[in-house]
Amino acid sequence: MRMLTFAGRNTKELLRDPLTLAFGLGFPLVLLFLLSAIQANVPVPLFEIDHLIPGIAVFGLSFMTLFSATLIAKDRGSSLLRRLYTTPLTSLDFILGYTLPILPLAVAQTTICYLAALCLGLEWTVNILYAVLFILPVSLLYIAIGLLCGSILTDKQVGGICGGLLTNLAAWLSGTWFDLELVGGVFRKIAYSLPFVHAVDLERGVLAGNFSEALPHLWWVLGYAVVFLAAAVGLFLRQMKRQ
Amino acid sequence: MDAIRIENLTKQYKDVVAVDHLSLTVGQGELFSLLGVNGAGKTTTIKMLSCLTKPTSGEAYLNGKSIQAESAAVKSMVAVSPQETAVAPGLTVLENLELICGVYGLPKEVRKDRIRRMTELLDLGSVAGKKAGKLSGGWQRRLSIAMALISHPEILFLDEPTLGLDVIARSELWDLIRSLKGKTTILMTTHYMEEAEALSDRVAIMKDGRLLICDTPAGIKDAAGKDSFGDAFIHMVKEGGTL
Repeated sequence: MRMLTFAGRNTKELLRDPLTLAFGLGFPLVLLFLLSAIQANVPVPLFEIDHLIPGIAVFGLSFMTLFSATLIAKDRGSSLLRRLYTTPLTSLDFILGYTLPILPLAVAQTTICYLAALCLGLEWTVNILYAVLFILPVSLLYIAIGLLCGSILTDKQVGGICGGLLTNLAAWLSGTWFDLELVGGVFRKIAYSLPFVHAVDLERGVLAGNFSEALPHLWWVLGYAVVFLAAAVGLFLRQMKRQ
Repeated sequence: MDAIRIENLTKQYKDVVAVDHLSLTVGQGELFSLLGVNGAGKTTTIKMLSCLTKPTSGEAYLNGKSIQAESAAVKSMVAVSPQETAVAPGLTVLENLELICGVYGLPKEVRKDRIRRMTELLDLGSVAGKKAGKLSGGWQRRLSIAMALISHPEILFLDEPTLGLDVIARSELWDLIRSLKGKTTILMTTHYMEEAEALSDRVAIMKDGRLLICDTPAGIKDAAGKDSFGDAFIHMVKEGGTL
């Protein structure tokens, strides 16, 4: 109950920020329409809608990282969090209270992306529902990265690192904008040792109905999500004690 | 039973001893002020008593509960109004009050009544629907105090409660604090000597983390041989005080 109250507060803070809605929902859609327009004029297999939409859906989640990191970093910079530390809220209440409000936002964002893709010619199959479902572990990964960054960075640093650097790096290393096989070499090895391309391959596999191919990518995503979440919890608790 | 019993409480940050073997007691319903120049250890003492910071050594008991071994029990009986206004900027005044009611686990019917009474007490009705982040400093301070009071804490920590308030707002807040005397144990820090003298049952003066003197305002004036409380404070801090 206490945790839900705190989570409710975080949901309101997120939804009342117009930038959240503009970037979280609008930017992935703009990219989707833009790349689809390019595809219509200069056909590229990478930008075919069934290949493009999983990457866009995953890319949109980097904004969830930005939102969660900004919310925590702002709270850390204010006295509100210090006040809340003196209330009966436990460490678990704080972690869940910051994590849970982002999950429905992530699902809503993904759903809107897939609905837009249907309008752009994506063939309707039940796998779209599975793709939305499988966005949950991917969301957890991106939220965990947000928790981690928010626990160690100031809100200004979060803007630069999560909003600029991480958003771009995660996109480059995900195989959404260009085929990693074309680059090859060390870049490809680095990309496949990180979770972002696995998140996109997971979504592509599920959307195509190739669940046996998708599953190994799920373990990569879940593995990294657990590691980042554990690190985020550790760092959050450390800064909580430092208060 | 004493409301607060502090025994040799010490907090050391690397080479700096912020609070040095502090021992004192505060009675039930007493309004007790901690005075001292900047860096005297007042805020660190409040942080330790409200379980925000762990002591390096020593112990303190709030209504018989240890701040180290029984922090959950301590947290459920205290409330803190920090030096800076601690409000959720994206929430309205009413939502801020609901947030605090929720994190203290108050039942719905109790919440409604408390919010109504607190809104009346601090005259927040005219701004109830406004976002806290859009309010002036004075209104934010009022809301911050209301958030500290709404859980009906047994022990209330007020860290420089009238800092930044205009004369009228300060006078109104004094009336409010006076109205709590005898019902709630209050530990307050302030830099305003007239405030400490007008409101406090007893005063402790700290310097470099150590307790210089603990007595009634009249007793401190007598001990310093001064007519004004401000002069007595300056004398105590410069001369080192008497215990």
